[in-house]
Amino acid sequence: MPDILSAPLVVAFPFTRSLGPVQSAFLTGLRERTVLGVRTGDGKVLVPPVEYDPVTAQEIRELTEVAATGTVTTWAWNPAPRPGQPLDTPFAWVLVRLDGADTALLHAVAAPGPEAVRTGMRVRIRWASERTGAITDIACFEPYDAEAGRPAPHSGEFTDPVHGIVTPARLDYRYTPGRAQSAYLGALSERRTVGERCPSCDKVYVPPRGACPTCGVATAEQVEVGPRGTVTTYCIVNIKAAHTANLDIEVPYVYAHIALDGADLALHARIGQIPYDQVRMGLRVEPVWTEGGRHPDHYRPTGEPDADYDAYKELL
Amino acid sequence: MRDVAIVAFAQSDHLRRTDELSEVEMLMPVLHRVLDTTGLRAGDIGFTCSGSTDYLAGRAFSFTMALDGVGAYPPISESHVEMDGAWALYEAWVKILTGEADTALVYAYGKSSSGEVRDVLTRQLDPYYVGPLWPDSVALAALQAQALIDAGETDETALAAIAARSRAAAVDNPHAQLKGPVPAGEYVVRPLRTGDCPPVGDGAAAVILAAGDTARALCPRPAWIRGIDHRIEAHSLGVRELTRSPSTRLAAERAGAFERPVDTAELHAPFTSQEVVLRKALGLDDSVTVNPSGGALAANPVMAAGLIRLGEAAARIHRGESDRALAHATSGPCLQQNLVAVLEGESAHA
Repeated sequence: MPDILSAPLVVAFPFTRSLGPVQSAFLTGLRERTVLGVRTGDGKVLVPPVEYDPVTAQEIRELTEVAATGTVTTWAWNPAPRPGQPLDTPFAWVLVRLDGADTALLHAVAAPGPEAVRTGMRVRIRWASERTGAITDIACFEPYDAEAGRPAPHSGEFTDPVHGIVTPARLDYRYTPGRAQSAYLGALSERRTVGERCPSCDKVYVPPRGACPTCGVATAEQVEVGPRGTVTTYCIVNIKAAHTANLDIEVPYVYAHIALDGADLALHARIGQIPYDQVRMGLRVEPVWTEGGRHPDHYRPTGEPDADYDAYKELL
Repeated sequence: MRDVAIVAFAQSDHLRRTDELSEVEMLMPVLHRVLDTTGLRAGDIGFTCSGSTDYLAGRAFSFTMALDGVGAYPPISESHVEMDGAWALYEAWVKILTGEADTALVYAYGKSSSGEVRDVLTRQLDPYYVGPLWPDSVALAALQAQALIDAGETDETALAAIAARSRAAAVDNPHAQLKGPVPAGEYVVRPLRTGDCPPVGDGAAAVILAAGDTARALCPRPAWIRGIDHRIEAHSLGVRELTRSPSTRLAAERAGAFERPVDTAELHAPFTSQEVVLRKALGLDDSVTVNPSGGALAANPVMAAGLIRLGEAAARIHRGESDRALAHATSGPCLQQNLVAVLEGESAHA
């Protein structure tokens, strides 16, 4: 059994989100160092504000300015900040009820240690020096002993309001493909294609995933298939791919399902070295490898007579 | 209404890492074991439903790969929830109640070892006001724990005792990842220490549901589902009273949990402090055996741990160790969503 493969896998995405009227007012307000809440039907002020009353589900729009000072309602000391968190030195996570608000906002408090933080402590916003209209415009909170401010009506209108935000996310994984796919990838590195036979229905699956999708049982017996195969069906691609890996492939080209000899499931790959309009079902093909390639670059005609339809009709 | 029961339950050994296994390779032995228990074959199952999440795998549509393990060809009646498998079980239960199926296979799996689960779980938070701050799952649980301590409902010693009791109970659970004496450890996010937090690991579980006489034919003592309900709290953490779980309370009421006392409760409380909240919401006193399996503090395969609570509760009824059991599953931060099921053995209701 080959070594279990593993490789870094990074999923990163800059999610672009549009804002409704209330979220737009709140986040634009943060850019202008103004904190807005929204008033519910029964007169409570929600900070951060939402567009629908959490109790009645009625749409709510009445904005109110609250203070940049508030009271900690609960806290948790974070001795080892993780990537993306508000501060990179130990800090307290807090829920803060801003003066004039009836609900609490999640954020961070900068403090020298856990002994400097308690429920009921008074804090104020430390604004980020550069603000864009995002929750991170609040850099963090800091201890601040002062009287409570009072809420005041606010139109929620600003010049140049923020209508959208971009929330970048990145998650780091270490991908391990498991036993069956590791064996498949290991064989490919030797320019061989290996499938696995189902002990129940005798079919050979390629690429193998360790299970027969028909019988639902584990597959283990490795079977070398190919290298030659038969085109079972195909399509003609007329639009050049934007993906950088395919930039040198001229259109039109043919993408095909190929039943490798000995396999009971067709793989898909590009067909080359033949005019696109001469590719046909039953065409016999073989893989073409490029220097350093981890899989066949494309398949080309072998020159053999075409396969009989009966020979591959079950694989369509 | 039709009577529906859990007739079989199987789970994997829950391990810190399973690098040698793909998801389907981890899942398949569990599927075979649960089918073997009933003598059913994959093709006999009327409805299949699974719970998992792409965010653990870091790949889109990752559940389709696991489908190979159930024999999805020729085409089967199948569904998937991007949630804990307990919610897949709810969907399967409804499917059987409608008469569209007599049996259902429900499975769930998660490989937390592929990524950093504390970071991964931040992606389920409000993406406007909360997600950009990356508060991890332990941090949010710690805010809830401190609220409980401030309210005088628990303290760090009591929380450590919950961890110790759970892991002592897990000694009898051959599948548990953590068992026996485990030190309280350092603070992860104060007031929660290592011992207050669930292990990170990989695992899978499966159950089979069946209706009426089919259930009686498949299992000597079916665990009849007398009621299931699930409820959700307001979206924003700062709107909620974190020391209470009104959604658990309401789900339990609607599931019939308070009609008669239960003898066993399998609670999905990944953090010690959450057990305090759940016990209060469910009105559980010392007469109830809580988490004899060790609970999520002994093994917490994300997406399967809630389904395992239903399976463990059912298995105690199958073995005659319980007559009426409550099973609870949760999803989201600080007990955001809660599902409660009430299970009974035949004789208890005769």
